[in-house]
Order: sequence, then structure tokens, then C-alpha cells
Amino acid sequence: MENNNNHYSIETKDLSIHYGRFTAVRNVNLKVEKQKITAIIGPSGCGKSTLLRAFNRMNDFVSGSSVTGEIFLHGRNLYSKHVDPVEVRRKIGMVFQKPNPFPKSIYENIAWGARINGFKGKVDELVENSLRSAALWDEVKDKLQESAYALSGGQQQRLCIARAIAVQPEIILMDEPASALDPISTLRVEELLQELKKNYTILIVTHNMQQAARASDFTAMMMIDDQRAGGVIEFDDTKKIFTRPTDKRTEDYVTGRFG
Amino acid sequence: MTRKTFENEIQQVKDDVLLLGSLVEHAIIGSVEALKKRDLKAAEKIIAEDVAINKKRFEIENQLMILIATQQPMAHDLRLLASTMEIISELERMGDYAKGIANINIRMGEDTLLKPLIDIPRMAQKGADMLHRALTAFVNEDVELANSIPAEDDEVDALYNQIYRELMVFIIEDPKNIERANWLLWVSHNLERVADRVTNICERTIFIATGEMREIKDSDDEFWHAQKK
Repeated sequence: MENNNNHYSIETKDLSIHYGRFTAVRNVNLKVEKQKITAIIGPSGCGKSTLLRAFNRMNDFVSGSSVTGEIFLHGRNLYSKHVDPVEVRRKIGMVFQKPNPFPKSIYENIAWGARINGFKGKVDELVENSLRSAALWDEVKDKLQESAYALSGGQQQRLCIARAIAVQPEIILMDEPASALDPISTLRVEELLQELKKNYTILIVTHNMQQAARASDFTAMMMIDDQRAGGVIEFDDTKKIFTRPTDKRTEDYVTGRFG
Repeated sequence: MTRKTFENEIQQVKDDVLLLGSLVEHAIIGSVEALKKRDLKAAEKIIAEDVAINKKRFEIENQLMILIATQQPMAHDLRLLASTMEIISELERMGDYAKGIANINIRMGEDTLLKPLIDIPRMAQKGADMLHRALTAFVNEDVELANSIPAEDDEVDALYNQIYRELMVFIIEDPKNIERANWLLWVSHNLERVADRVTNICERTIFIATGEMREIKDSDDEFWHAQKK
């Protein structure tokens, strides 16, 4: 590995992801900066979510899926035989498009995951700190024992973020985390991202171009090639991608003329 | 091309900028023409027409604001709309220079011109011509043309220097000439500024087309450098 482990959280090297014989993502070489927000954008079906899921080995659950090339977390190949995927998922948390709290109390949503991950400290503190980090504490501190389902969609999503950070991951993956939320909740989640990046590296897949432009530091633009395999066609500073992209296809996509 | 409505609206804005530009060109040439003939009625008309220039500028500005708010422009579209905002403000200021010349004409009242106007109409013609081509470059996003125009500012600066020296001679010869020399110096200064602002339009055009923001020519300082020599 190059001598830049302090700078990047994740690096991929010629990463390709296959479903059976079909290659869904081809030859991705991406360096994800530590404690920054990296957005992955691109038209539907370009492999954004597939790529995101590869980072915490979620594709392992899809039968017939396989990976070639490498993904390094601080220089360690995530797909090496000696790596436990459960351990990977503890270090690299994920938040999904639709809030998916457990059918349990607000408190248990956070405590449970931590406990089964072997958390030995003070659970009350962990719950409070996680909820505070997810900017939810003030809204729920008086009803921690109520069902998570009693919360609004935006609150549920922040609860899922709190749950993800309770196990103290290094990286948080987000797949369209705000697409099911109203505009105010969306902005709240985006504000939260800015807070979270002080401690975590965040990778976010979004169809919302304004969101990528507002919330991210770096943007990876993906597009499929003529064999329908997705790839990163341009990666740059978000400011550059949205004001003067280099690739004509990125230009067409961010200006709404393709996709 | 999936954004037909937006494309059409952008085209409409460009057409409006051309219209604004032609009003400004007309005002520049007209104000100097009126001065040359000492036609106060024509000067008053120029001043009245400046209201239409300002109005058109605000109309375009409003339209740009609506497009930014409703269309979420990115990349080239964003550069175009933001730069057009700049360009219309340059145009409005050029209109003000023409209005300024018309005002000088009126303030001169019964005074006769200190000297027959030869180089001043040349400056006006040159400035208006540069403006015309700069706006052609803008609508076509013609980088080559936009790049070539600012160099012509040297001709305008040379005329300005020549006028300046001539007027200084008049002043030195007879201090009674000071006021009438000053009127003309003011007029030529306004025209010199017109050409500088054309350069700004060219710079914006290059930015729209390429995303590269750079100063083609630091024309503001050239006159003063020339005076030092």
C-alpha cells in the first residue's frame, strides 16, 4: 500500500463487482478521504448502490455475487480470506433509504446492537451520546422507552443513524438516506452529516443532485459502459463537479440533460 | 436534450441580452453624435432612453433569478446564468456612460466645443463595435472571438491618450479653456471605460464556455501606465 493511510479511509483497486457472469461495476479506483463526505451520483442502474454495498460486504448476501480487485480499509483488504465480514460491518455502518428501526423501544434500538457487538461500558451513556450525535436527543430524551415506530420518518432516520454510530464505526455508508423524508427532515439530516464528518468518513449515494452539491466534499460520477457495467467516470472536488466538470457526460448529467 | 423548456428560456434570455446590448450601442453612438452636433434635444432623448435600458436590465435580472430558483442550474448552465447577471450589469453601466455624455452635452449649454470632434466619435464607434462583437461571442459562446477582442482596447486607449494630450495643450495655452477641455476629457474617459467593460464581457464569455476564470487584460491600469512613461 502507498504511504497515505492517514489520508484515506477506503481505497479501491481495480474493483469489479459481478452478479454471476454479469459485471455490474467495472474497474473502480477510488480513494475516499477520511472524515469527509463523498457522494456517489449517476443515473439509475449505474451501480452506485452495488458499489456502496461492496464497501461493507453487503453483496455477500446476494447469491452469485463476486468481487475482483481489492478494497482496502486502512491498507487492509476487506475481501481477504482472513477478514470477518461481521467485523467489517461493525467498522463500516450503513443507513438505508427507508428508515428501518427495530420494532423495539428507542432506547433498545441503540443499546441492542451495541450489546450484541460486545459493548461493555455504560449503556445509558452510550444511548445518550449516540442520540446526541444524531441530533435526536432533545426530541426523544423523555420517551426513550416508547416504540421507535412512534417517531416521525425523519426522526426514525436519525435514530437509524444513531444506531449506526453506537457501534463506533469508522465509516458510515448511506444509500439515499433522505429520499423518503420531507424537505425539513432532509435538511436536518444534511446538517447532521456535517457534524458527523468530524468523527466519521461518510459515503452517500444520492439521486438528489442538490443534496450532493450541498452536502458532500467529493463527488464520484458513475455511468454504465456499452456492456452495461457501471464505472466511475469522474471523481473530483464537489465544487468542481457542479461548476465545471471535465467529462461531457458528467456535465450532461448534472445539468439534467441525461439520466 | 431533455430540458426543452429550460433551453428555450435560456435562448430567450440570450435574445434579451442582445436587445439590451443594441440599446446600449445605440445610446453610445447617439450620445456622441448629439454632442458633435450640440443637439440638446437628442441628448435629452438619450437620457430618457436610459430608463428603458435600466428597465430591460432588471427584467433580465428577474428572469435569471427565476431560472436559478426554479431550474437549479448546474455546471455550464450555472456559469451561463451567473455570468449573464454580470454581463447585464456591465451593459447597464455602459448605458450610464452614454447617459453621462448626454448630461455633459446639456451642462455645456451655450458653450461651443473646444475643438471639432474627430477622435471622440472614433472612440465611440470603436467601443460600440467591440461591444457588438463581444455580444456575438457571448451568444455563440465563441471563445476565439472573445479572446481576440480585448486586444483592440489598445486602440481605444491610444485614442484616449491622444485626446488627453491635445486637451492638456489647450489648457496650458489658455486656462480659460479648462472647463471646455474638461467636458471633453470627461466624455473620452467615459468612452475609454466602455471598452474596458467590453473586456469584462469577453472574460465572462470565456468562463461560460470553458469554466476558466481569468483576466484577459488589466485594462484599467493601462492609461495610468501610459501617463507615467
